[in-house]
Amino acid sequence: MNRTSAFNAFTIVNGLFMILVVLFTLYPFVYLVAQSFSSEAAIYAGEVTIFPVEFTTKTYEVILSKPDFFRYYWNTIVYSVAGTLIAVTATAVMSYPLSKDKLRLNKFFIPFVLFTMYFGGGLIPNYILVAKTLGMRDTIWAIVIPGAISAFNVILMKTFFAGLPNELEEAGRVDGLGVFGIFTKIIVPLSKPILVTIMLFVIVGMWNNWFGPSLFLQTKEKWPVALYLKQIIDNAVSPAEIGATSEQTSQIAASVKSTAMVLTSLPIICIYPFVQKYFVQGMMIGAVKE
Amino acid sequence: MAAHAQNKAVDTTPLWKHVRKEWKLYSFLVIPVIYFIIFKYAPMLGNIIAFRKYRGGTNFFGSEWVGFTYFEMFMKDPTFWRAFFNDLNLSVSYLVVKFPITLLFALLLNELRRIKWKKFVQTVSYLPHFISMVIVAGMIKEMVSLTGPINNVLASLGFDKISFISLPEWFPALYVTSGIWQSLGWGTILYLAAMTGINPALYEAAKIDGANRFRLAMHVTIPGILPTVMVLLILDIGSILGSNFEKILLLYNPLTYETADVISTYVYRMGITGSNFSYATAVGLFEGIIGLILVTIANEVSKRTTKSSLW
Repeated sequence: MNRTSAFNAFTIVNGLFMILVVLFTLYPFVYLVAQSFSSEAAIYAGEVTIFPVEFTTKTYEVILSKPDFFRYYWNTIVYSVAGTLIAVTATAVMSYPLSKDKLRLNKFFIPFVLFTMYFGGGLIPNYILVAKTLGMRDTIWAIVIPGAISAFNVILMKTFFAGLPNELEEAGRVDGLGVFGIFTKIIVPLSKPILVTIMLFVIVGMWNNWFGPSLFLQTKEKWPVALYLKQIIDNAVSPAEIGATSEQTSQIAASVKSTAMVLTSLPIICIYPFVQKYFVQGMMIGAVKE
Repeated sequence: MAAHAQNKAVDTTPLWKHVRKEWKLYSFLVIPVIYFIIFKYAPMLGNIIAFRKYRGGTNFFGSEWVGFTYFEMFMKDPTFWRAFFNDLNLSVSYLVVKFPITLLFALLLNELRRIKWKKFVQTVSYLPHFISMVIVAGMIKEMVSLTGPINNVLASLGFDKISFISLPEWFPALYVTSGIWQSLGWGTILYLAAMTGINPALYEAAKIDGANRFRLAMHVTIPGILPTVMVLLILDIGSILGSNFEKILLLYNPLTYETADVISTYVYRMGITGSNFSYATAVGLFEGIIGLILVTIANEVSKRTTKSSLW
């Protein structure tokens, strides 16, 4: 039964494969960071590979010396907080009755929700509805309302609620709590894991959202940072607009994109290792349903 | 069992009595259901402008009937068919590469014995899933730019530099490679979950029979996760006309439309950029209905072959 040598050969090959995957995944990040701290000459000469060449923080100084970037960042934070509050509350309120088998009309309401997972109105009718019919164009509502409840999140939360022990609700009823009291005082505190999971799904979605804002927000001052970043990447924002003097313009032109990308993804990368388990957990609950 | 019997008893009361008794719980649904009607179902009805002339303005449903005029128009439009086949080409290429690689990666992750190392590889490989598409597209452009690392490697090996981002023949490769980068790790989650559900006694029995790790993977792990593999495969096949709209919109340009323009980006350019709302809606509706048909077929196949289904 001793196959040590075969085991070792496999273990080594597999370990090398894993190292390759890690490098393949991380290299684009490493390259961006290196580029953002490198001089313009080194970037144009193609000398940057892993470490910064002719280290400089010029581009960061220029971008961060102007209020622009912070303003777009602030917009993103506002949209994320508002969007998350609305989405989590609405999803929980909808999922609670749907998790109750005794509600006979759920036979109608659950397919009513599920159908929207497989068929949607499509881009143009949604655009006309939000921008024209409802007149939400250029307001925060166009960003935080249309996607507030997703069928997928409802299914996740409904599945979680259905798994909570019934006895606790009974105890609440004996203590004189009504339906609303049971929901806020018993169900919600017990459901922190799923609430955090949905919250994180929504925050990441909001943080990365650029397409909705590009459709609905004409006023530049209202843009989230992801949309601002897209304009920088598309060369639609000149270094001068970002805040560079004419002398700085040529210096930062080569690294302004990578610097902006680093600054925008930084919050996600920093919190991600600590909240990763909630995402995985969310996927697992969803998988049980599938 | 008692609770079950009670449910049965409730079922026989008239519906209005049931609603009156449970009205507090039902009242939770009022606002969310109104939300679903306005934001999910109204746009479905809004597709009616594919059959009517929409001249702009707030009237959601357009002004006059034109029947299938817009459908006939796009069916005769070579640009539509180019987008249709690009869509197929991109998603099939992606699926063919992604599916086996993800499965292989999950199997190899499962062989890692040191938990900390395994957790580290998982954490790193999940990360790209959370990065904004804007940044992913920006990264791709930086990586393949003429001064970027890939062209530097080509140059140092004595090849000519390639302007990847403006050559249509390279677009599918960029699309597939970046897709693998984004989803390789995240795609393994459901497989790994399925693997933890395999009965350890099966492994013990196989070991006693003298199976090595390769045989364990082939004869215990793979059969154990086969239902998950099938469901995911069928789901992917069901969404074969749904290439990644945001990524393509951010990555393509007029030089690469030839291979990169797909139905959703075509709808975007026609409708949002070009204001041909009715025409674009007709194309979008066509795509949506094909998607619905494909999911339904996939679901039926899944139900019969693996006994797991979406509804």
